[in-house]
Amino acid sequence: MKQLVCISSMPDTAAKISFTADQTHFNKEGVQYIMNPYDEWYALVRAVEMKEEHGGTITVCHVGTANNDTIIRKALAIGADEAVRVNKDPQDGYDVAVQIANVARDQEFDIIYTGKESIDYNAASVGAMLAELLDLPFISYANHMTYAHGKASVTREIEGGDEIVALPSPFILSASKGLAEQRIPNMRGIMMAKRKPLNVVEPVAVSQMARIVKYSTPPPREACEMIDPEDMDALVRKLAEEAKVI
Amino acid sequence: MSVLVFAESPEGKCKKVAFEAVSYARKTADLLQTNCIALTLGSPDNASDLGKYGAKEVKNIPNVPEHLDGAIYAKAIAGAVRKTGATVLILSHSSTGKSIAGRLAVKLEAGYVANVNGLPMIENGFEVNSVAFSGKATATYAMESDIKMLSLMSNSFQVEVSGEVLDVDTIEMDLPTSELEITDVKKQEGAVPLPEAELVVSGGRGFKGPENWQILLDLADALSAATACSRPVADSEWRPHHEHVGQTGVTIRPNLYIAIGISGAIQHLGGVNNSHCIVVVNKDPEAPFFKAADYGVVGDLFDVVPRLTESVKKYKASHG
Repeated sequence: MKQLVCISSMPDTAAKISFTADQTHFNKEGVQYIMNPYDEWYALVRAVEMKEEHGGTITVCHVGTANNDTIIRKALAIGADEAVRVNKDPQDGYDVAVQIANVARDQEFDIIYTGKESIDYNAASVGAMLAELLDLPFISYANHMTYAHGKASVTREIEGGDEIVALPSPFILSASKGLAEQRIPNMRGIMMAKRKPLNVVEPVAVSQMARIVKYSTPPPREACEMIDPEDMDALVRKLAEEAKVI
Repeated sequence: MSVLVFAESPEGKCKKVAFEAVSYARKTADLLQTNCIALTLGSPDNASDLGKYGAKEVKNIPNVPEHLDGAIYAKAIAGAVRKTGATVLILSHSSTGKSIAGRLAVKLEAGYVANVNGLPMIENGFEVNSVAFSGKATATYAMESDIKMLSLMSNSFQVEVSGEVLDVDTIEMDLPTSELEITDVKKQEGAVPLPEAELVVSGGRGFKGPENWQILLDLADALSAATACSRPVADSEWRPHHEHVGQTGVTIRPNLYIAIGISGAIQHLGGVNNSHCIVVVNKDPEAPFFKAADYGVVGDLFDVVPRLTESVKKYKASHG
């Protein structure tokens, strides 16, 4: 089977979030970039498990500049066979979706994976956009999948519970926690990754319909009011009468 | 020109997330001096109630599958946008909303801003604020497309009752049948879905093991709160994954978040720091979470939490 995993790069979860002096751009200085955890831990690893079970190939696709090649090599070290990088710092989720659709179109992938959302803007938009652009079914928030004879059974998270959906490939899914377990690349994988193909393609033109004009950070909270651990009545009173939350 | 809001009804009923979206859409329509139209799909039994939350018209497309099928839902909603000539489309930033928003943005060639947490600002074109970096920042977007799409973060806009029950107007539309086959549904029993919960009680490693969770459940029960946990707790499978809040789990914004035995790593704070009121219970006075809290209690949770539960019960008994 042919699988495609879409990977994006994110500021490390421990990175300090700050902006340029005019508050119009994210301050990348000193920020470590990582593969988006949902793309890596769940989407990519599940694709690798599927390949171990069913054979075939895994392609990873990334929209970004050469600075992110280390992230792509990591994906290859975890078990992807080849990579395509669309050479552009993407302007937004729509840009990413159009570029990936352009790579995936006519390639006849059986399953295309995205993470359930990116950890920077949490919009969760790329998978559904890609599905519309490629005219494929999209199963969001998948936390379990079995596959046999061209047909998948996917557990997806819906409002208030889980639902099991049966559908034939090809389709797109977004990976949620539980779909697979995080894997650490081993030395052999890292060595092999250096020799795997990483193809760079140029982007197609995409118009931008919403752009960020300003960032702000939430005002710091007022100092925490400490409550005597012996006097929980006082805490309840404050929650009810001061904060008015219960 | 009008504002169309998709009022979702995942279990055959419009609930709080839908009411929030409709109230938000009404305020947006008032700002733009235009009409607010609510759209429901399927056969929710309380669609006419949406008038109470501010819709001036309620429309329904009945012939969609009961289960979420993004391709068909998006087709139906896009059809309604075209029929009503809406220029602003509002969705909830819920599992349902997120599964279809991307499709709609492509279909309608609309600019789309997700996770919106405040009304549009129209002094200077059309700008809107959205939560970014898991709550660590706010991004302001300028939107210029003919059709603008927003998804509203739950618990970020107050439900307002401002109108009357309305008659529901059916839109006829040809739609395909679903190719998705639902083979099983597992509902979380009785629990309040975490992203919608107004009160949340959350536990961390301080509980030492899943066998000690009862005191947290008792407190949640006394408050009628949803329960949540930190990442190590979910990773150790002391609690189910869907309870994990934080940057790689669920981002929430309840009125009250009580964090018990959670130190407050930056990734955890990212998922909860937009909560209106945060209470932290921890035996370590140096726990970083206290810096993000409104009220702090330094003490042994096994001691403090049962007492807090008793105080809540006592308060509720005396205040009805």
